[in-house]
Amino acid sequence: MYEILRKEALVPNIHLFKMAAPEVAKKARPGQFVVIRIDEKGERIPLTVADWDEKEGSVTVVCMEVGTTTRRLATLGTGEAIADFAGPLGVPTHIEKLGTVVCVAGGFAVAVVMPIARAMRQMGNNVISILGARNKDLIFWEEELRRVSDELIVTTDDGSYARKGMVTEPLKELLEGNGKVDRVIAIGPSIMMKFCAKTTESFGVRTIVSLNPIMVDGTGMCGCCRVSVGGVTKFACVDGPDFDGHQVDWDLLFARQRTYLDEEKWSLEQWQCQGGGHS
Amino acid sequence: MVKLNLNRVEMPRQKPEVRAKNYNEVALGYNQEQAIEEARRCIQCPKYPCVAGCPVEIDIPGFILALRENRMEEAVKILKSKNALPGICGRVCPQETQCEVVCTLAKKEAPVAIGRLERYIADWERENMGAVAPEPVKPTGKKVAVVGSGPAGLTAAADLAMRGHRVTIFEALHIAGGVLMYGIPEFRLPKAIVQGEVDYVASLGVEIKLDSVVGRLVTIDELLGNGYDAVFLGTGAGLPMFMDVPKEHLNGIYSANEFLTRVNLMKAYMFPEYDTPVRIGRQVAVIGGGNVAMDSARCALRLGVEKVYIVYRRSEAELPARREEVENAQEEGIIFKLLTNPKRFLGDEQNNVVGMECYEMELGEPDESGRRRPIVKEGTEFTIDVDVVIVALGTTPNPLIAATTPGLEITKKGTVVADEATGKAAKDRVWAGGDIVTGAATVISAMGAARMAANDIDKYLGG
Ligand SMILES: Cc1cc2nc3c(=O)[nH]c(=O)nc-3n(C[C@H](O)[C@H](O)[C@H](O)COP(=O)(O)OP(=O)(O)OC[C@H]3O[C@@H](n4cnc5c(N)ncnc54)[C@H](O)[C@@H]3O)c2cc1C
Ligand SMILES: Cc1cc2nc3c(=O)[nH]c(=O)nc-3n(C[C@H](O)[C@H](O)[C@H](O)COP(=O)(O)OP(=O)(O)OC[C@H]3O[C@@H](n4cnc5c(N)ncnc54)[C@H](O)[C@@H]3O)c2cc1C
Ligand code: SF4
Ligand code: SF4
Ligand code: FES
Repeated sequence: MYEILRKEALVPNIHLFKMAAPEVAKKARPGQFVVIRIDEKGERIPLTVADWDEKEGSVTVVCMEVGTTTRRLATLGTGEAIADFAGPLGVPTHIEKLGTVVCVAGGFAVAVVMPIARAMRQMGNNVISILGARNKDLIFWEEELRRVSDELIVTTDDGSYARKGMVTEPLKELLEGNGKVDRVIAIGPSIMMKFCAKTTESFGVRTIVSLNPIMVDGTGMCGCCRVSVGGVTKFACVDGPDFDGHQVDWDLLFARQRTYLDEEKWSLEQWQCQGGGHS
Repeated sequence: MVKLNLNRVEMPRQKPEVRAKNYNEVALGYNQEQAIEEARRCIQCPKYPCVAGCPVEIDIPGFILALRENRMEEAVKILKSKNALPGICGRVCPQETQCEVVCTLAKKEAPVAIGRLERYIADWERENMGAVAPEPVKPTGKKVAVVGSGPAGLTAAADLAMRGHRVTIFEALHIAGGVLMYGIPEFRLPKAIVQGEVDYVASLGVEIKLDSVVGRLVTIDELLGNGYDAVFLGTGAGLPMFMDVPKEHLNGIYSANEFLTRVNLMKAYMFPEYDTPVRIGRQVAVIGGGNVAMDSARCALRLGVEKVYIVYRRSEAELPARREEVENAQEEGIIFKLLTNPKRFLGDEQNNVVGMECYEMELGEPDESGRRRPIVKEGTEFTIDVDVVIVALGTTPNPLIAATTPGLEITKKGTVVADEATGKAAKDRVWAGGDIVTGAATVISAMGAARMAANDIDKYLGG
């Protein structure tokens, strides 16, 4: 069992979990993920590592409530425990000295981008971060991200806070501006990553995205997470999750993510019927 | 001269129409009377050819005699001295090509049912003896890391622990047992039996670390540098192969590994009580003809599918699956489409698979595998309506260990090179055995290889 050392609601439907996982803490690197399972009957789901502390033996993940597993997780609190926390998995994000790196974070992904931005900056890069959310209430870790970036731009879709619009707009301006952009790292909802990649394509700036197909084992054993990159089949859990955004077959990714829509709905209704939704 | 009894005692099985709707074990096992009657058929031949047919050379006439004379504890002892997992092998060994095929009575087409007797003894032990705590051995102070908890890893761990070495198993998944847990379905090998064997290994003092992906959480070099004197690799051959035909990434097309993992390991057949879903579909095609294909087809059937096809490119004679399982599948109503191979898959706007275009095939000259090569009959394309496809065309070793372990010698197929007699790999202090060395093979061959490697590791450690 893996104990929850600290749980915190960052915004109403996004929670931070600091987990006791000393061995994972020793090995975690930016861009890697863990596979968790709440209990015997639970599904295995992947979550990216947001932070880790080797001394304390802890690993932090940030989880957005979308379906049964993520909502059940959200009902757990400090001191409770989950059955499994396997990792670190996947290839760490490649950190190197490039010049100017733009990190784009959409929604809950600010937590995932944090360690990448920090490592890129420690490497001596000029890090410009863009943080986008649907509205003001969904923004968290703004100050934290600002601290690890040389510059931070915040957007909200509805203009309720900071700049109104999508993250792709400031991204485009940076690409058109005077300063050269050497690398873009875009992490967030798939649709956002796709449009970031589309935006950078004509500028020829290499753009790394972190793909989130459905996974089961996370170790390369089932092939559920297969994606097509540059026309070649890749298993996102072992070959990725980072890939060249210009090479990704986005339509295939979107379609495969929808495989279990009906079952997911059914599972959520069952759980809510049993009172799960109210706790 | 004794008169040969050629009436093999049938083992009771659930009726096809009943078992096709449940996940309980199909074969029910002998009762005592049946076991003794079958055991009496063994003529105790002086040259006992059966023993050489068994990859771990179990004293077959010995345990049969003990069973017949009702010296059950003795039978258990004989069996276990060569095979740590008899309850599993008695159920899933391809006996018809190993011990039973060379039995003297096989010439009369009625070999002694060695596997069924082995199963009977193992089940008797479980019911009557419990897990007998082995006598404590003097610790040697040596530490061994075993990577993977399939039959190879469990065997190596048990053998080494019984010689006083401190053993830790590292397993990537959340349950130990390897393919025995995530691949072979409950109705053929009840998970409680596998768990019993895992618990037994743990009772020997073996530490089992789950959720531990070697290569990521810790590398082989780190294990060797941090106090482990030797490493045994038993990580199997878990990487699924696809066909490389158009549209094989449509929704509803699974690798057998994914389908079986969802159903067996994650218990998707109890969705939504268990939270992992699986697409059930109405018409399912399983591509392939081995044990994995049969298991996938029979799992799909039990989920309540209307029609399940096995699509195989050669003919019935070449089906690599165990005969018994092919017969079980046929009885349960699985439809065999032989000499058939997919050309491409057809999808709808939502990317769901809706059909499969196939070629008819014919057999040509034997290829390097010795089997007749399947050849496409041009112009014979036809379409089958399907909404789920399961690709069961084999697996190769997961490249993670190879990629993170400098000094291992790896073949083009991704298997680890190890000495046939000792399991020693090219890298210092590393041994390997099971599917990671041979590619997908059998439970008993994985155990046999692990036992040899354990002997050699023990020798190296000064045992
Ligand atoms: C490498 C990777 C890293 C991720 N990191 C994070 C993270 O740090 N924080 C976070 O909030 N979310 C993250 N996700 C997404 C998260 O795994 C899904 O939101 C979660 O699995 C949904 O499960 P559910 O039961 O709550 O929802 P469901 O109702 O089951 O599904 C809702 C959505 O989640 C997707 N999904 C369902 N099951 C899985 C699965 N087993 N694997 C992947 N996706 C699935 C489905 O496509 C669907 O669109 C990551 C996904 C991947 C692949
Ligand atoms: C569906 C199916 C049906 C079968 N039916 C039969 C049958 O009827 N009879 C028969 O004899 N054989 C059968 N087989 C084959 C048999 O199961 C295998 O040959 C046997 O399990 C191989 O044993 P192993 O210990 O080498 O590997 P596995 O059983 O594959 O175990 C390997 C273990 O290592 C773990 N692992 C992998 N990588 C890592 C890592 N990096 N770190 C930590 N752990 C890792 C895996 O999770 C797994 O638990 C079947 C196989 C399948 C898939
Ligand atoms: S282990 Fe397998 S091959 Fe050996 S005797 Fe038992 S059933 Fe036969
Ligand atoms: S070959 Fe057959 S009959 Fe002879 S000893 Fe072995 S099991 Fe008995
Ligand atoms: S999640 Fe199973 S192979 Fe990637």
